[in-house]
Amino acid sequence: MQIYLPIAEMPVSVLVLIGLGAAVGFVSGLFGIGGGFLMTPILIVMGIPPAVAVATQTAPIVASSATSVLAAFRRNALDLRLGVVLVLGGFVGTSLGVWFFAAMRRAGQLDLVITVAYVTLFTVVGGLMLAESVRSTWARHRGRPRPPRLGGDHAAYMAWPLRMRFPRSRLYASVIPILGLALFVGFVGAVLGIGGGFILVPALLYLMRVPTGVVVGTSQFQILCTSFVALVLHAVQNQAVDIVLAVILIVGGVFGAQFGARAGRNLRSEYFRFLLAILVLAVGLRFAVELMLRPEEPFSIVVQETR
Amino acid sequence: MRVRLAVILGFLAVILGFLAISPASAESLVVSLSFNRLAVTSTYTGTSVAVFGAIERDGQAGARSGGYDVVVTIRGPRQALTVREKAAMGPVWINRAQQKFAEVPSFLAVLSSRPLSEIADEATRRRLRLGLKAIVAAPDMTLAAPAPDDPFREALLRLRRRERLFTESEAGVRFLSPSVFRSTAPLPATAPVGAYDVEVLLLAGGVPLARHEARFDLVKSGVEQSLATFAREWSLAYGLAVGALALISGWLASVIFRRD
Repeated sequence: MQIYLPIAEMPVSVLVLIGLGAAVGFVSGLFGIGGGFLMTPILIVMGIPPAVAVATQTAPIVASSATSVLAAFRRNALDLRLGVVLVLGGFVGTSLGVWFFAAMRRAGQLDLVITVAYVTLFTVVGGLMLAESVRSTWARHRGRPRPPRLGGDHAAYMAWPLRMRFPRSRLYASVIPILGLALFVGFVGAVLGIGGGFILVPALLYLMRVPTGVVVGTSQFQILCTSFVALVLHAVQNQAVDIVLAVILIVGGVFGAQFGARAGRNLRSEYFRFLLAILVLAVGLRFAVELMLRPEEPFSIVVQETR
Repeated sequence: MRVRLAVILGFLAVILGFLAISPASAESLVVSLSFNRLAVTSTYTGTSVAVFGAIERDGQAGARSGGYDVVVTIRGPRQALTVREKAAMGPVWINRAQQKFAEVPSFLAVLSSRPLSEIADEATRRRLRLGLKAIVAAPDMTLAAPAPDDPFREALLRLRRRERLFTESEAGVRFLSPSVFRSTAPLPATAPVGAYDVEVLLLAGGVPLARHEARFDLVKSGVEQSLATFAREWSLAYGLAVGALALISGWLASVIFRRD
């Protein structure tokens, strides 16, 4: 079944897109990430103009993260206080990222910056996560499970000034590293056109030692706020949000996210970290391969304007 | 003196003879398209446009020994674009060289009654912009200095042909009678909405005899048109509406899937 997209100006297969939305929604619900870093490249491969793909994929993220936030809220698995601090830092980072994006585009090296950023970020984050999860699985198998949480285990930066209490996360920490993290995530997200959940989740887990149960809900809250703002900004600035495409992706995404979230609850913590690490690492390696291999077609066309 | 007179007379004879078979006056073209305006709706998956034509001859025109040739060129809305080339820099491949093109048709179909190489020689093809190669090689396509075998022009042609946006059909024009022809060009769904120019050129023995230009429009209509207009003119409201839609869907899903 084909339907014509009014903004992208091309027909697409509805069933394929619903399936795609469901698959990405599942991953998103499972790990508490937005899934934009999976959705955007796939849409572009399907022939949807990159501007429309980047702008429109924020809509299913808003929908699926809204579902996750509501579910987390009911289960009391959301640290609203931590979420608000993250959102505030994130907005500053997003503005900086948008400015940097424009500057690199003027310099003509945006493509390179994006690809290199994908490769380094994804392989480093993915690699670190994989190493950690393998280590903890190994320790458990040897019968010496590492204590899940240590009171005195906090890093030094948690004791910086401006300390704030986050009772739900059992955290009493300085807001400076938290704001810094949110700023970085917002910055990277704006430059790469992604929500940044894949950085936020491991950072909250490992750097902030936020309990796993709270991480997903809180990260989804931050993603909901950022992607809503991004959606409206894209609609106003680039007029690249395709409402028909958005509806199709939402329908697939919300269903997928439900099953993903349910599967996530039944997943053991180590497996959860292991799978997320593999996913992030795989995306990073894919970009690395693309960067290193001799391209089959060295030429590409970028349309600036249609009259 | 005598020799000079003979030369002048000879010249005059040639000019008079040339005027007698003057291409403009002998034949003219009547062309009609299967539509002038096509509405793109939600079920649009591409279409095809048919070009009908008749050759009208006034009494003075002698019979053309080789018969007529017709070339139909359809050009879609113009695009400004950049072609980039990846090159190895150390271990990685990145975009290095690039060339900007100012006015490239987003869609290009060249249909002819015979292979173009049989219709006219290369110089004529280049002068009249007959065929994809000649159109892409035209000097006004890009600001870069014209070079033989420009790799960027070749890449543009190759990539667009692969997407079926540039097509060339050497049997795309069929003569139904010696003076009536018809031609059908498929328009893929990826061809953008906008104004399309149709140029019909009549040739005989490699010489252009008549030219006719027509145009048709591909326009969004109904819901698609309203949505596109709304997105353009009320962009903030549109963005907020899509956001609200997403939030409501998320909430609905959480209600539907609520376990307790």
